[in-house]
Amino acid sequence: MITLGHGLAFGAILFSISVAGIFINRKNVIVLLLCIELMLLAVNVNFVTFSRFLGDAHGQVFVFFVLTVAAAETAIGLAILVVLFRSRGTISVDQIDSMKG
Amino acid sequence: MISQNILLTIALAPLAGAVIVGFLGGRLGRSASHWIAILGVALSTALSMQALYLLATGAAAPYNANVYTFFDVGGISAHVGFMVDTLSATMMAVVSFVSFLVHVYTIGYMRDDDGYTRFFAYISLFTFSMLMLVMSNNFMQLFFGWEAVGLVSYLLIGFWFKRPTAVVANLKAFLVNRVGDVGFLIGIGAVLYWLGSLDYATVFANTAAIDGKTFAPWQGANWSIPTFIGIALFIGAMGKSAQVPLHVWLPDSMEGPTPISALIHAATMVTAGIFMVARMSPIFELSQTALAFVLFIGATTAFFTGLIGIVQNDIKRVVAYSTLSQLGYMTVALGVSAYSAAIFHLMTHAFFKALLFLGAGSVIIGMHHEQDMRRMGGLRKYMPITHLTMWIGTLALVGTPFFSGYFSKDSIILAAQVAAGQGGWVQQYAYWAVLLGVFVTSVYSFRLLYLTFFGEERFRQVHEGSSAHDVHESHDAHASEPHESPWVVTVPLVILAVFSIGVGFFTVGPMLFGDFFDGAIFVAAANDSLAGVAHKVWHADHGWVSAAVAFGLHFWSSPVFWLAFAGFALTTYVYLYNPSLVERIRATLHLPVRVLENKYGFDDLWMKGLAGGSVKLGRALWKRIDAGLIDGLIVNGSTALVDRVAGIVRVAQTGRLYHYAFAMIVGLSALLGGLILALR
Repeated sequence: MITLGHGLAFGAILFSISVAGIFINRKNVIVLLLCIELMLLAVNVNFVTFSRFLGDAHGQVFVFFVLTVAAAETAIGLAILVVLFRSRGTISVDQIDSMKG
Repeated sequence: MISQNILLTIALAPLAGAVIVGFLGGRLGRSASHWIAILGVALSTALSMQALYLLATGAAAPYNANVYTFFDVGGISAHVGFMVDTLSATMMAVVSFVSFLVHVYTIGYMRDDDGYTRFFAYISLFTFSMLMLVMSNNFMQLFFGWEAVGLVSYLLIGFWFKRPTAVVANLKAFLVNRVGDVGFLIGIGAVLYWLGSLDYATVFANTAAIDGKTFAPWQGANWSIPTFIGIALFIGAMGKSAQVPLHVWLPDSMEGPTPISALIHAATMVTAGIFMVARMSPIFELSQTALAFVLFIGATTAFFTGLIGIVQNDIKRVVAYSTLSQLGYMTVALGVSAYSAAIFHLMTHAFFKALLFLGAGSVIIGMHHEQDMRRMGGLRKYMPITHLTMWIGTLALVGTPFFSGYFSKDSIILAAQVAAGQGGWVQQYAYWAVLLGVFVTSVYSFRLLYLTFFGEERFRQVHEGSSAHDVHESHDAHASEPHESPWVVTVPLVILAVFSIGVGFFTVGPMLFGDFFDGAIFVAAANDSLAGVAHKVWHADHGWVSAAVAFGLHFWSSPVFWLAFAGFALTTYVYLYNPSLVERIRATLHLPVRVLENKYGFDDLWMKGLAGGSVKLGRALWKRIDAGLIDGLIVNGSTALVDRVAGIVRVAQTGRLYHYAFAMIVGLSALLGGLILALR
């Protein structure tokens, strides 16, 4: 039996993994985008879990919205990535630091 | 009948001359310029004389009306108006007449000067300003004239603006006068505050409102209002009339051309302070303290500045210190409430001091712009007219019986004596100061005469490194002989000499002991020292001629004449018969002589002490407050603070995305954690 606690713990683990991925990843912006997607999925898991727990289908409707937006966002992100690679010749996170003060 | 149009003509004719000559002088040429300026002043002189004549004979009533409203704001109105009574008419006549003579004289004195037309524009402008000052019927216009004459004085002292000493001197005159003007402005403000008007007639009619009243400038203090107003106004007079300690500018003003030394710094402008106090007599009469203050300052000036005159070698400076001393006499007269004696002395002094100055100027022309008396001597052969007129001026100045100076100065000393008999230590001090001042006056006057006109002819000796006293001193100055001045110079001298002899005898009766100044000058019965003088010397039972003669013969019984005679005898002996004594006296009295040559250190007090102190204070404020506190701490300090903080903060700005993300997460966690803790 999957309880509320299981669902939330799974969401939290997913979220933590994605956060860790953002921090630890030094190589690749694509991984960064993946981590952000993962973060959104963690949120979705929470939505679904609470939806089930409360017996309210609204939460699951939200999941679809989130997924749509995430897809759009990823498309934009990848587009930016392509432009970035064209202009800088790299997608290594360590080398993109022109905002350094 | 004195009409508004006549008064406007009197005031504006010199202004028109000044404007025309000032702006078009270059195109008009010299001759046309001086004719225009002289005609303007001559017109003023004639009309002023007529006004004085009408007032003196009683054919016309005093005029007092506003001509033009300058502004009218918040219940305060400033008018241009004229108050012409016997007091101001006397001043107008003296001012315009002396000015007229000086205009004529200038033709000769400034003949070789490049600034010829500029000079005429200035002196005409001065005449206008001075006339506005004396004709005014309100404090605002008085102040306008007051500042305007100060401005022209500044321009004329610095007339030879290429000379550094002249520039220093005019700056000094301007600044010292500003010190006095602060007091004057405070006085005018106080009058407006407590009496609610700037109009003379209104103010004088309401003086009862402040009589005996006091105010508290701070908690617990209790100042008399009339005393406050009187002293504040008198501080203005101290600046303009060069009273100790604000006298330091007048000797230096001799840097200007001699005609204006005669006109502005001897005969007219410097007497504006005396005139002002006489005009304000209804206010001054309310306060014994203010009068005592006036008396003390005047007595100090009369005696101590005269002493400096004894050790001066520049012919103009001797006369300048003499002017200071005589202004002190007038101030003493004001201090003992003998206002008419002050105005009377002002008038006689205007004639004989203008004569002495113009005579000195004539000597300077004759000597090719040499001013040092040590390089003169024996000039009586070469300049007979100047010599004779200078004698007359000197005799009038020292108070020779029947000369004009005798009547005026004796009256002042007698008035001081009367006051000393009733008053306290200030009156006693003033009496002795003016009495001993007579001896001093006599010494420096005859010393000037003997050094200049008698003795050996020292001008032939070649002095190495002699300094140029005048911009247009020619190289062969010492080679050529001294010569008598042209007629445009000597004629004014002769006219002034006639007035120096006669004007006292004919006017002493009505001006001092008659009712000439009734309605113009107010004297409280308790203060009326001139009544005591009249009791002593003026017995008009058999008409004014016999009374004046009797007054003239009174000299036998008064110490004044004998003191003057002692000064004359001493100076004659020392300078004519035993010149070697001079050096011996100087050697014996080297300490007092040095004190006098340092002018009691007043110059140092002002220049090094106050001016230097202000500069030092300014420098300290600039270094500490401006550069240190404002620039260093506030302006640069705040940028430095931003810089330092930014330097620390910029370390956090790595430019790496994951650092920012980390900071976001930490921040979010902290925020949420805080929220949860708070909501729990």
